[in-house]
Amino acid sequence: MIKIENLHASINGKEILKGLDLEVKAGEVHAIMGPNGAGKSTLAAVLAGREDYEITAGSVTFLGKDLLDLPTEDRAREGLFLAFQYPVEIPGVSNVNFLRTALNEKRAYHNQEPISAKDFMALVREKSALVELDAKLASRAVNEGFSGGEKKRNEIFQMAMLDPKLAVLDETDSGLDIDALRIVSQGVNALKSPENASIVITHYQRLLDYIIPDVVHVLYDGKIVKSGPKELALELEERGYDWIKESL
Amino acid sequence: MSNYTENELAKDLENQEYKFGFVTDIESDTVPIGLNEGVIRLISSKKNEPQWLLDYRLKAYAVWQEMTEPEWAHVRYQKPDFQGISYYSAPKQTKKYESWDDVDPEMKETMKKLGISMEEQQRLTGVAVDFVMDSVSVATSFKEKLSELGIIFCSFSDAVQEHPELVQKYMGTVIPSTDNFYAALNGAVFTDGSFCYIPKGVRCPMELSTYFRINAGGTGQFERTLVVADEGAYVSYLEGCTAPQRDENQLHAAVVELIALQDAEIKYSTVQNWYPGDKEGKGGVFNFVTKRGICENNAKISWTQVETGSAVTWKYPSCILKGDHSVGEFYSVAVTNNHQQADTGTKMVHLGKNTKSTIISKGISAGKSQNSYRGLVQIHKGAHNARNFSQCDSLLMTDECGAHTFPYIECKNPSAKIEHEATTSKIGEDQLFYCMQRGISEEKAISLIVNGYCKEVLNQLPMEFAVEAQKLLAISLEGSVG
Ligand SMILES: Nc1ncnc2c1ncn2[C@@H]1O[C@H](COP(=O)(O)OP(=O)(O)OP(=O)(O)O)[C@@H](O)[C@H]1O
Ligand SMILES: [Mg+2]
Repeated sequence: MIKIENLHASINGKEILKGLDLEVKAGEVHAIMGPNGAGKSTLAAVLAGREDYEITAGSVTFLGKDLLDLPTEDRAREGLFLAFQYPVEIPGVSNVNFLRTALNEKRAYHNQEPISAKDFMALVREKSALVELDAKLASRAVNEGFSGGEKKRNEIFQMAMLDPKLAVLDETDSGLDIDALRIVSQGVNALKSPENASIVITHYQRLLDYIIPDVVHVLYDGKIVKSGPKELALELEERGYDWIKESL
Repeated sequence: MSNYTENELAKDLENQEYKFGFVTDIESDTVPIGLNEGVIRLISSKKNEPQWLLDYRLKAYAVWQEMTEPEWAHVRYQKPDFQGISYYSAPKQTKKYESWDDVDPEMKETMKKLGISMEEQQRLTGVAVDFVMDSVSVATSFKEKLSELGIIFCSFSDAVQEHPELVQKYMGTVIPSTDNFYAALNGAVFTDGSFCYIPKGVRCPMELSTYFRINAGGTGQFERTLVVADEGAYVSYLEGCTAPQRDENQLHAAVVELIALQDAEIKYSTVQNWYPGDKEGKGGVFNFVTKRGICENNAKISWTQVETGSAVTWKYPSCILKGDHSVGEFYSVAVTNNHQQADTGTKMVHLGKNTKSTIISKGISAGKSQNSYRGLVQIHKGAHNARNFSQCDSLLMTDECGAHTFPYIECKNPSAKIEHEATTSKIGEDQLFYCMQRGISEEKAISLIVNGYCKEVLNQLPMEFAVEAQKLLAISLEGSVG
């Protein structure tokens, strides 16, 4: 699915990613944990194509293509989805209008006809039910005035609508109450298939009770410094990150 | 890897060509250039006008000669040479069209380019279009249906011939020729325009619409519009325009007067897309318009405008809230790009008791343009319990453009409640990135964000006009694909 090799990225001359390697295969769920400021969101942003970052070395292959060579929107159309740690508000633009535009841009890219209004609304109903998103939120302006938890839920709703190949969830669990956490996780699990994969960035092993990862990675100081089975998350929760620092 | 920065966006915007630029080749009948009493008499006699109207013109001309061009607006431009303009131009064919089939095929082609195929509009939208090509109306539709209700909707010239008593009674009562330099000029040399009268208690069943176009090179346009809604009447009036590409500056100095008698309501919507000039700012239309309405008791006037064109725009649709409980509204989107300059806003004059006004202004500046909002809220002594809410938002697309807000408040009655909010923001990189991460191109993303930003105003427009306005916003702001 995706293969990241020796990725170096910096912002404003400051190197954040310092030789990161990661491979995720179709059907897998990978969790990335790591202390604040380690570079987790940076990795997500670099993969999605945020232009503030300078890639100084390394390569990323996504579904056989050179990901770093694609413009941001084409990465999305190829099937990369980023659930933002801080979803952005777009006043005056309704969620459904936003998603219909996004969906049709993707379809056009793949030489498909635009989706009919009827099919689109059916899809909205199906997917909003999946994440138990209030129908009112679907027609409100994108994230405008949404509560923190509603924004996160909306990210998963958008993910469900766009049906990505690879989803990167950046701390989608933070700010969610227990019920929301369960609902969002169920949503993510329901979308899981042998053809897609996800990278779940989190600080809490709690999420991993719901979304069972195949591999857990520790991102520390711009690199993956440790990988292991899901039990690693438990160990991190108990012992913190110091023992990892020491073992380096 | 795409590195589409805002600077590139800015570059793309600069390269945006005027998409509606074309010239229709119709023979024009033009008076000699220059302005003097003789020219005014000539215009008046060509139009077969009554003596009182000639007198009105001559008086306005005398007033104009004593005036100087206003300097206070935040715009710079090469002053028009008023002696270098031809003040009258009419398409040569003097015969009026009996039916749509008789209309000059070339003119139909023009309308098609404008996206206003009349057949379609007539059939689908129920819009009666009074198409003004240069200065003479050449096609009027739905006239009969309207006249059954006693509604008069015709060219200003026809109104002068057929309803002189109405024209004489109301013309110049809201905007006297002494009002300002451009209004005085218009009063002297106006050629045509539209007239609309809705009788007592009648609700006009369709949107009335006029498309103005400047056609003959070097012909200034001096339109005059007069809308009268008699007691308890309602009308929604649409005005939209595009102009062909030109090298020399073209002057447009229209006057629009609205009169809403007791319990009447007038909704006046404009989509303005005059040629803004090339990317160096050369050759665009100068748009100096005076628009004002007066509300009697319990009446309401609402101005909605989407301004994307013109090299220089100077325009302040205003409301005089004379009657008690009268309401004035102003909803505006002004987009400026390249070297465009817009100084626009409104005046709300509260005279009556319990009068209410709302001002929502959205300014969007791109390129090296300058976009100013200038608003005056005036509460007079007798205006007890007057209320005003103003919101002026500016959106900047580049570092080189400017947005300016000049709100003036004059309050002579302590019971007034006045609220003013203003914001300035740059188009968010975070918003653009968010859209693009969902697979939306930067072009579409900008158009989405901008349309969202203007939603409150666009929502005020009638449906079919709103669609047109959204397209215009997109055309004015999108970068070329690539
Ligand atoms: N514009 C910038 N200029 C300089 N440093 C930056 C900039 N943006 C981010 N950084 C730094 O990059 C580092 C990595 O940030 P990042 O957001 O990737 O961390 P994270 O692992 O996601 O942390 P958290 O767990 O808090 O979300 C941080 O030290 C941050 O301060
Ligand atoms: Mg982060």
